[in-house]
Amino acid sequence: MVRRERGELWPQIPAAGPTPDGLERSMEELLYFTELVGLKVYDLRGRRIGRVADAAVVPVLDPARVDRYLVGGGWAWLTIRYDQIRSIGLDGIHLQDERLTPYHDDEYMLRIGRDLLDQQIVDVDGRKVVRVNDVTFEIRQEHGAAVLRVLEVDVGLRSILRRLLQGVLPRPWIRRIQTPIAPNSIRWEHCNIIEPDPLRRLRLNISYKMLEKLHPADLADIVEELGPEERESIIASIDSEVAAEALSEVDPRTQASILEALEAEKAAEIVEEMAPDEAADALAELEEETSEEILEEMDAEPKAEVRELLEFGEHQAGSLMNTEYVALNENATVRDAVEALQGNADLLETLSAVFLIDQDGALKGMIPLGRLFIASPGVPLRELASGPLIRVKATDHRERVYEIFDKYNLLNLPVVDEEGRLCGVITADDIISMLRNQ
Amino acid sequence: MLKRIRRQIAIFFTVIGPGFITAMVDNDAGGIFTYSQAGAKYGYLALWTLAPIAILLVVTQEMNARMGAVTGKGLSDLIREEFGLRVTFLVMTLLVMTNFTNVMANFAGVAGSLELFSVPRWVSVPLAAAAVWLLVVKGTYHSVEKIFLGACAFYICYVISALLIEPDWQQAISSSVQPVLMLDPDYITLLIGMVGTSIAPWMQFYLQASVVEKGISEREYAESRIEVIVGCVTMVVIAFFIVVACAGAIWAHGPRDIEDAAHAAQALRPFGPYAFALFAAGLFNASMFAASILPLSTAYSVCEGLGFEAGVNKSFREAPIFYWLYTLLIVLGAGVILIPGFPLVRMILLSQVLNGVLLPLVLIFMVLLVNKRELMGRWVNSRLQNAIAWLAVVILIGLTLALVGISLRDMLA
Repeated sequence: MVRRERGELWPQIPAAGPTPDGLERSMEELLYFTELVGLKVYDLRGRRIGRVADAAVVPVLDPARVDRYLVGGGWAWLTIRYDQIRSIGLDGIHLQDERLTPYHDDEYMLRIGRDLLDQQIVDVDGRKVVRVNDVTFEIRQEHGAAVLRVLEVDVGLRSILRRLLQGVLPRPWIRRIQTPIAPNSIRWEHCNIIEPDPLRRLRLNISYKMLEKLHPADLADIVEELGPEERESIIASIDSEVAAEALSEVDPRTQASILEALEAEKAAEIVEEMAPDEAADALAELEEETSEEILEEMDAEPKAEVRELLEFGEHQAGSLMNTEYVALNENATVRDAVEALQGNADLLETLSAVFLIDQDGALKGMIPLGRLFIASPGVPLRELASGPLIRVKATDHRERVYEIFDKYNLLNLPVVDEEGRLCGVITADDIISMLRNQ
Repeated sequence: MLKRIRRQIAIFFTVIGPGFITAMVDNDAGGIFTYSQAGAKYGYLALWTLAPIAILLVVTQEMNARMGAVTGKGLSDLIREEFGLRVTFLVMTLLVMTNFTNVMANFAGVAGSLELFSVPRWVSVPLAAAAVWLLVVKGTYHSVEKIFLGACAFYICYVISALLIEPDWQQAISSSVQPVLMLDPDYITLLIGMVGTSIAPWMQFYLQASVVEKGISEREYAESRIEVIVGCVTMVVIAFFIVVACAGAIWAHGPRDIEDAAHAAQALRPFGPYAFALFAAGLFNASMFAASILPLSTAYSVCEGLGFEAGVNKSFREAPIFYWLYTLLIVLGAGVILIPGFPLVRMILLSQVLNGVLLPLVLIFMVLLVNKRELMGRWVNSRLQNAIAWLAVVILIGLTLALVGISLRDMLA
């Protein structure tokens, strides 16, 4: 099995669990949060001083170690630090240092019972949003103290059963009852907590870096599943380019509500990264005032492109087109075309043709990219142009665009203005998402 | 100004769906039976309850729409996040049970209405179940919503049917604004039943979930609220026409009890084939409609609350519990209708009891949730809203518990 690379954030975590590294842990080395809650705490002489009410991780110190245990009930909670514990097991917690301090709420604590249980988190590995039912800890000996480390977050039936029976049946019984049900857990390193408050996010050392590595379409699905606050916090704090890609995949209504909630400056940054046609669609969904505010913040070049597209009515071909394309003079050669493409590598993701224009910008021909590969560099592009040139006017109706795409099996369709000048390209992927939304 | 109004209307049409559909499904087979019974036995007398019902509906539904729009989360999600897994599990178990009996009642409605057109139930019920299952599994949210909105339009059947019967309109209108109380236990039972069938726990979950699913946000909330109100009012207007139709057709010729809603349609035969056919078609439409929505809404709520994957856009392998629950509700709900001698009436009474246990819980949770500032921000209930909400909750709980008592008495009798 492939061993996953560990990020810097997780230096001390052993690849754990009966999962990726194949290291089977015995049940005695594991403890569930449902078992930890209510566990009796004994002092040095073996006298009971209380029961565990909650436990907290302090991510800035260590992302997985349970740093504090809260003991007691009502308002008078005491705090046990992790290094004050001699042993932890189903029989209780035995201290080796009984100087306990009163509990004060502390912004740096991620309290498992309060902040994690029953909340939604993102399973980065499984690329979905899940709800936390329980948490599995690993019991380890570190520097003479018994330490709990968060191993996995539990979802699924098995953990639901534990929650329901917690406190009703003795702990060992619950362990026995649950065995026939297959566990369903997510390794702690793959869990991404979503925290809308930026200050708290900083204090809890939460970042959305892992989300940036997801495929934009997966990220879009995740964003759609979260509540408005959470989704805005993700879009606002991840890299603008990733945000733009993900946002392009989100449905238009959600798109609008996200852009509206962001600061105009940040929204503009994201909209600039989007393909101009998608940017125009997104802005068209917004109230005029808001979209104007965002446009104002944008750089001159993308702003002009988007504005131009916004002029077209919803049913006109112009509203579908992308204004980023590669056009060359009608006398250019294959070599010129390859050079031009090298400067615009990012366009190759959706474009599959280059265009020929004359001095006035009038469209003269279209050359499928494939033909460039098999032609020698000196050949004039004109000779490679595909048969009869198919195009639409920017003011044509959308329906006509669909018809043409279908009839001629196109991947790219050039759009021209009233004078026949090239002004944009409609690509098949735009048509697919358009038709699907209808 | 004109532009703003036009924009508002445009937004209204984009948010239309959740409130309207929820309110219309409320007039399901059980609801139609209760209103028919009211008309058949007491004529126009009970019509005055409809206005207060509309108000109670609006008060509760508005809170759901608001929570959905502001938090972007379903009611079961919120209950889970704020009250923990055990409470959620209890609520979901009760919800599955009540909704299961509701599904059954609606497949019985399908069977009854089609039997009036001499389609035997062993043909109609399996076909209906298959149609319902496919509709949701193969459809998308938008296509399904369109079909549902089409089904809403079908309720016009009752209006036309009532017009054909030519009831005493003057009396109908005056009774609608004139409260009449009698110390007749059957009458009081009926009044309570009318309120009880009108406000059911599943509606709160369904409405909020579909507001979320539709992506309605704070900024469209004003229009969404109008939609909820329009929906509730329309629902009550339909109920009005059902009561009036039965009052004109049955009560005017001798008050009597009816056994089920199909029986009421039967009694409309003397008024021509259209009045009868429309009433029966309306019953079929309503039953199918509710039979489509209830299993889906149940599966969604349960999976969201307990954290299982849910959604018709996921595959069977990705969301097994969602699909199993959905399929079982339909198969079992339709299946029991085909068992000869199945105690359906008793099961429906049981459903009233379960409803009565669940509704107070749900309503109290709702008012608590809508008052949480960390969830709702500036959208928490105002003091006036709270007074109205708690009053509505207390009235509803009182009436529901009374209905539980009555149902238990009938069940044990």
